[in-house]
Amino acid sequence: MTVKRITPALFEKLVRLAALELTNEETKYLFEEMNHQLASVESLNQIPIPDDIQPSLHGVEPEGAGPRPDHWQPFPDPERIVALAPESEDGMIAVPDVRGAK
Amino acid sequence: MSLTALSAFDIAQKVRAGELKASQVTEAALNQIRKVDGISGSLNEYKLTDEEEQKVHAFIQVTEDMAMAQSKKVDEAIAKGKDPGLLAGVPISIKDIFCVEGSTTSAASKILANFKAPYTATSVQKLIDAGGVIMGKVNLDEFTFGSSTESSAFQPATNNPWNTEYVPGGSSGGSTASVAAEETALSLGTDTGGSIRQPAAFCGVVGLKPTYGRVSRLGLIAFSSSLDCPGPISRDVRDAALMLQVMAGQDPKDSTSSARPVGNYLQSLEQDVKGLRIGLSPDYEAVYYPDLESGELLREPIQKEVRDAVLSAADVLAKAGAEIVENIPMPNTRYGIPVYFVVSRVEAASNLHRFDGVKYGYRTKTEVQDLNELYRRTRAEGFGSEPKLRILMGMYLSAADYASDYYQRALKVRAMIRHDFEHAFDPDGSYRLDALLTPTTAATAFKRKSVFGDSLLMQYSDQMTVACNHAGVPAVTIPAGLDESGLPIGIQLIGNDYREDLILRISHTYEQNTQNAAWRSVRPQVLRGEVKA
Repeated sequence: MTVKRITPALFEKLVRLAALELTNEETKYLFEEMNHQLASVESLNQIPIPDDIQPSLHGVEPEGAGPRPDHWQPFPDPERIVALAPESEDGMIAVPDVRGAK
Repeated sequence: MSLTALSAFDIAQKVRAGELKASQVTEAALNQIRKVDGISGSLNEYKLTDEEEQKVHAFIQVTEDMAMAQSKKVDEAIAKGKDPGLLAGVPISIKDIFCVEGSTTSAASKILANFKAPYTATSVQKLIDAGGVIMGKVNLDEFTFGSSTESSAFQPATNNPWNTEYVPGGSSGGSTASVAAEETALSLGTDTGGSIRQPAAFCGVVGLKPTYGRVSRLGLIAFSSSLDCPGPISRDVRDAALMLQVMAGQDPKDSTSSARPVGNYLQSLEQDVKGLRIGLSPDYEAVYYPDLESGELLREPIQKEVRDAVLSAADVLAKAGAEIVENIPMPNTRYGIPVYFVVSRVEAASNLHRFDGVKYGYRTKTEVQDLNELYRRTRAEGFGSEPKLRILMGMYLSAADYASDYYQRALKVRAMIRHDFEHAFDPDGSYRLDALLTPTTAATAFKRKSVFGDSLLMQYSDQMTVACNHAGVPAVTIPAGLDESGLPIGIQLIGNDYREDLILRISHTYEQNTQNAAWRSVRPQVLRGEVKA
């Protein structure tokens, strides 16, 4: 059996989708490590899985109250939240132009 | 006995009885931190002297003012005749993945290095409300992604107090090291694949991963939301029971926290183990890892001294009246790491999308043309290699083209891992176990820089612990000896859902029945005051 490998082209696509930029050194390291990890993941394909097994999102079924009602509540001190932003203007979080500055 | 060597239980009892002031205990803890911790981890350039190389470096931030204010409050409550709570005056360190208002909450990452949490995590608030004193934030692998604490952006990384040439384990390495080095009596850690238990075993302390949902996750910076569990780290079993007692319970702000009533963990320690059925499994005697070329699973036996410690513990428990049941089949434990590679990476990639330089945290200082470039630059500069690797892996494994091959399949194998535990603990089944006794780690601590960089090998150090996270069941590691290099060995007791009381009771019995063992009189290197040439 030969282990499946992620190709350089697919790797580049993932980097773009992940909104990352990598140095050459990082690219070399992360590409190799991803393929090593994939070798481990591929071992799951050798396991016979009975037909009646259902996917488990949680090991133990959560016993909590579930999501709260979707009621809007004002935060008592919104200035503190905006103050966390790296840049703000007039009480609003500021970002560069979405489509590119002229 | 010095104040810093006292257990949390004893400190709280003395403070509540007026025999000791909380402020005295806080001062003693601050002095111990000054004595053994050395320079705190930071983003700054540093050069370590030989002496600094042999310090613990557990703390990123010592919150001295906060600690003094909290201890003063406890002393004032006592003076007014009020009970400050079960943890009155107990010094506690917090893994820097929990939001604590008034402190920086960095996740040991550059991208959050300047983040001031606007609220306090529920688990931390409960510790404070019970009279606990928060001494500061301790180091971890960046975003908890690792098993040695070396991947922290805040350097120097933490050393193992038993031998500072070795790692403390991770990701809660700062937590377990601070407790082992008697800087604090307790620490709050998190366990997603073994991040409390593996470092607790490496540092010779007690670490408990509660049942998923037993302790609120609110205010914990999420790694893998279906696996993350906050839990206690202490030097003895009673202290772990005490800390869990304070933290457990439903939180209306965490929809997955359980409404089930909280047991009396301290009281459960008073019972013995007569008649309890404790299992041993051959599936915990070896590590299984893939050959990188063929993908075949190779088998390597665990360290002999670790195996001997498990068998010796079984003898101790049998003599105390427990029934040892051998040959428990746990055939899917060996797939815990490959499943973890899928589930945790997919969930981590999702959770890490929120860090973009817009709402909080780091933003690139370079000039950018548009918002997309801001995202890319910020994330490129703010994240270290390990978060980048997890994001990329998670996106690949959950991509529409591959999700059925990987993600759906991993979730099915996760169900099979869970079924192994259900089968072992089924009260009407073949084995009817109360607990499973296993090694916590396949081997004792490894040397600094010996594994770091090899993400596959690093992940496989969690093979004995990760199945419990997939299944959601509780598990505790307790010290069980030293290997021939003088490094601590940990053994693990795994229980059925919400049966923390039983695994603590068994652990306590083992601890009580080995009080006179020679290894218990050996102290960690940093407490012996030895400086190596």
